[in-house]
Amino acid sequence: MNNLKIFLNGVVKENPTLVLLLGMCPTLGTTSSAINGLSMGVATTFVLIMSNFIISCIKNLVPDKVRIPCYIVVIASLVTLLQMLLQAYLPAIYATLGLYIPLIVVNCIILGRAESFAAKHGPGASIVDGLGMGIGFTWALTLLGAVREWLGTGILFRSDDFGLSGWTLQGEDYGILFFVLAPGAFLVLGYLIALFNQSIKK
Amino acid sequence: MKRIASTMTNMVLVLTIVSVLAAGVLATVNRMTLPKIEKINQDMTGQGVRKVMGNENIQVASPDTCEGNILYRVTDSNGQSLGTAVVTETQGFGGPLKVMVGFSTEGVILGYTVLGTSETPGLGTKASSWFQKGGKGDIVGKNPSRNKLAVKQDKGEIDAITASTITSRAFLAAINNAYRSLNPDASVTITSASVLQQDTLNNLTTGKDR
Repeated sequence: MNNLKIFLNGVVKENPTLVLLLGMCPTLGTTSSAINGLSMGVATTFVLIMSNFIISCIKNLVPDKVRIPCYIVVIASLVTLLQMLLQAYLPAIYATLGLYIPLIVVNCIILGRAESFAAKHGPGASIVDGLGMGIGFTWALTLLGAVREWLGTGILFRSDDFGLSGWTLQGEDYGILFFVLAPGAFLVLGYLIALFNQSIKK
Repeated sequence: MKRIASTMTNMVLVLTIVSVLAAGVLATVNRMTLPKIEKINQDMTGQGVRKVMGNENIQVASPDTCEGNILYRVTDSNGQSLGTAVVTETQGFGGPLKVMVGFSTEGVILGYTVLGTSETPGLGTKASSWFQKGGKGDIVGKNPSRNKLAVKQDKGEIDAITASTITSRAFLAAINNAYRSLNPDASVTITSASVLQQDTLNNLTTGKDR
């Protein structure tokens, strides 16, 4: 399997959100706006690439029976690292994601890729897989957030933390609140999964 | 290279080494980022106090705490007292709602800013502009001991954010809570979140619109 194929596998064919249906908690929880979805995706991509790389490097040094605890220590450390770096250098992203950053530890995409890919492939291929899966996760979350924000608030790409006023589409008075709330996340995600799987099967 | 066998010694050794390495990296990064994080937090507090007091040339004393609220006593450049900025937190609709509010020495609200929220975008997040001067639920210039700071549904005099009554209640509870930490004897309309919840329950059971 060459690198392009591994990359596209994550972005399209085995998209973690829309095909593998992994990491549903952050998917549904953070996508109330496009910027929130995008920030979550980028933060997760960082952890995914780093964890895939490190785990692929240490895979032969870790005895089989303690591999899960070792992987979790690696992932949890990376997330804590990310949290501290964001807080110090990108406070806007930290303010947006806040509570959700520690939850990246238990995002099953990350442990899932560590187990099913990084533990069986070399460091180079693992980085590519992390990048592909990360971008696949990011675009799905951004799209989901964008649809919910557009239908729910009538504005797109608005973020107070980043000081973005966003594009006003139909305007705030014509937003359908349902889409910003939790049930709207399930509905939009369901339609996205159906449409995406229909279009890649053809 | 073959994978290391799962003997007891190997397992203990590998787990220990991995944990020690992880702890070492985290401690190093923590030492690097901590001063920067503290500086950012301080700057944000300074900006917030200036904003809620509506005054750029102020001196902020080191904070006191009172019942979980943080109090910043503010003076002008001559040492004349201008009032107090209070940081307080209540439970909103989506999570904790952290508000900083500035009071003059007489207890009149000078301004406020929402420091942290997990409210619903497009609904509860409007709290950052709704209650400002000129907003639909203007609280600036009001005094919690003279004006009843509660939403109209609770027989108060503030318009709640449309479709976000819970956020509005939480916000006003925060303001009253902040005022109470300055004037412990003052009787204010809403005193704690438990009263709020009881109220919501009553409304639900009597079928009244919230």
